[in-house]
Amino acid sequence: MKFKTFAAFVGPSVFMMLLFIAAPLVSVFVQSFQVTQPILEQVEVETCTPGFLTQTCTTETKTIPVLDENGKTLTETRWVGLQSYQNVLQMDKFWEAVGNGSWNDIMQIDFWKALRFTLSFTLLTLPLVIGVGLAIALAVNNATRAIRGPIIFVSLLPFIITPVIGSLSIYWLFVGDGILTAMMERWTGTNISMFAQAWTIELLMYFYRVWHVAPFAFVIFYAGLQTVNMDTLESAVIDGASRWERLRHVIIPHLMPLIIFIALIHLMDCYRVFEEIVGFRSQAHVISLQWLTYDFMTPDDAGNRAISRASASAMLTMIGIVFLLILPLRRTWRDHKGSSH
Amino acid sequence: MSTSKAMQQSFALRFSSGLFLAFWCLLAAFPIFWIAIMSFKSPVDAFAASPWDVITGPATRANGDGLSVLDIAVGLVVLYFAIRWAFTRLPGLLQQYCPPGMIVLGWVFGAILYAIAFVLVFFSLMPLILGALNSIAGPLGTPVLGLTTQHYVAVWAENEFYRNFLNSMLVTAGVVTVSLTVGTLAGYGLARSGSDLAFWLLILALVFRALPHSVLVAGYLPVFINSSEILRPIFGEGAPTLYGQPWAVIAVLVAINQPFTIWMLRSFFQNIPAELDEAARVDGCSHFQAFRRVIMPVMWPGVITTGLFSFLLGYNDFLVTSLLLDAQNQTMVPAIAGYFNRETTTTDQVEAVAAAVSITAPLFLLVMVFQRQIVSGLTAGAVKG
Repeated sequence: MKFKTFAAFVGPSVFMMLLFIAAPLVSVFVQSFQVTQPILEQVEVETCTPGFLTQTCTTETKTIPVLDENGKTLTETRWVGLQSYQNVLQMDKFWEAVGNGSWNDIMQIDFWKALRFTLSFTLLTLPLVIGVGLAIALAVNNATRAIRGPIIFVSLLPFIITPVIGSLSIYWLFVGDGILTAMMERWTGTNISMFAQAWTIELLMYFYRVWHVAPFAFVIFYAGLQTVNMDTLESAVIDGASRWERLRHVIIPHLMPLIIFIALIHLMDCYRVFEEIVGFRSQAHVISLQWLTYDFMTPDDAGNRAISRASASAMLTMIGIVFLLILPLRRTWRDHKGSSH
Repeated sequence: MSTSKAMQQSFALRFSSGLFLAFWCLLAAFPIFWIAIMSFKSPVDAFAASPWDVITGPATRANGDGLSVLDIAVGLVVLYFAIRWAFTRLPGLLQQYCPPGMIVLGWVFGAILYAIAFVLVFFSLMPLILGALNSIAGPLGTPVLGLTTQHYVAVWAENEFYRNFLNSMLVTAGVVTVSLTVGTLAGYGLARSGSDLAFWLLILALVFRALPHSVLVAGYLPVFINSSEILRPIFGEGAPTLYGQPWAVIAVLVAINQPFTIWMLRSFFQNIPAELDEAARVDGCSHFQAFRRVIMPVMWPGVITTGLFSFLLGYNDFLVTSLLLDAQNQTMVPAIAGYFNRETTTTDQVEAVAAAVSITAPLFLLVMVFQRQIVSGLTAGAVKG
């Protein structure tokens, strides 16, 4: 295919990606070093109140925003260097807390709190998703053919459901005296509230994520299991391999590329954890990196959006993505070089 | 597949694997079905501590909303025939009355018509008839199961949820159409070109896929809000403010969706033998003619599958739509967040549940109809990627 035809085919897609993904990235990068504020000016205002004989007049200096001819507030954009990053990271408080050796103090700072949750969420759910997905795939592979279709149908439901709605549906089971909380209270005889402390909310979030993504892993593993070489399996049986050894030495190596694929996708998606925070309404206890950026961007009570802080936290989030992708990208690069020679 | 004797499993293993599967199915379906049940009950029942109360709904029944044994029996029969008719007769009717070449449009139209007819019969005609029957049926006609649709009425009619629904449909339809059009061309180009440039584009797309959406929205937001001033030198006075415009959100979601779309379509196009378009090229077609005449007729399974995933992305999105659309043209999923803020009474909570179920219902239908395509789409990317 000539370059010109290739460009004509790929052009629209690349244009959209450049305009709406690459360009915003650059603009976020620039914004993170700038602050846009209304221009303020100091005005001396004399206010007089009628009094006996003479008026009582007071002069005071007020700070008011400058308006242009249409009555809109004029804004100016200043370069502030790393100040927005400093506002997000709060390094002084961070080092103070490190100096005190107090983990709780570090967790008082929003960014570090979000980072801690995002990382533990990503790393803890990964083995669970792969394990549960593989277990379901093996069990479905064992089941009678007739019931496989309905099982796949039911399994797809948690995967396909809107993430906010999915987390809400679990939230409603546990909120207040929801049926599952009531059941646990009856068993333990103590008063339980699942949404009053951070660790129970986190537990529910882990559960939700595994529930949501395990079907995806299951479907892929199930497709992989159909291509396992039966001869290898049978020869393993003849060699006296137990069921566990066959799983460990024949099936899992066969599925390894799929496990890596799922791990990669899962790491990407988990690192962006966001909908759970909205669904479980956990912002008071547990927040994630993406939620932090979102929160900076939502207008506060005065209607202002903290765009520069949002950009700074977005750029900090990006650093994590770089670490996440280095390994798989190096691997792909080596494969590509290997295949072209 | 006949399993040899050596591969046969012990009863204990089969039993425990079956048990595990049953447990998983219960776990997978329970939260969704439970909120569906909750949405039909009065607030007292919906948040009752005992599961049995939630299912039977004594408080709902006490309000005079309930189903009798007769209602349930007739309802199930009607439901059975309605579903059967949809799967046996409807396709035939569509084939008969649909002008050739418009079959996809015909299906969409037919499905909407069928849904409206079903709602009319099931929710307005049947209550009338059954109400009359119940009054003469004696013990069979007394309500046993509490059930009320008042929350759905409140959500859809009083809170004007249909506006959000229409917005959702607009955004989703836009996302699916545009991203498939753009993505199909790109996917085909990438699949047929072995150049280094194609490889680098794919890697770039992979990196773009990993970006958190909030990073991108942080880039759009200031530009979109001030866009009328920024664009004025180009478009003059009529320069639009992009913030709050559904089509701007469509463009954003299409771009976010592009990396995934081109990866998936590329793997589908690689499965179509290259000899097919080479033959067309030998016969004197240009690349575009070959694509239009030879590839387009055989690409639909892959396109439909990719379209499903684009649909899910547009439909499920919360972050982009909640930040870039204003209250007037909000889509369904962010609109639900509006319920949290005023979720003060338990009635509001059940209304939020009803809204959540309303959002889930189309997805449920989607899995039912397109299960095979979804599964093939999930595996296509993985097994080859």
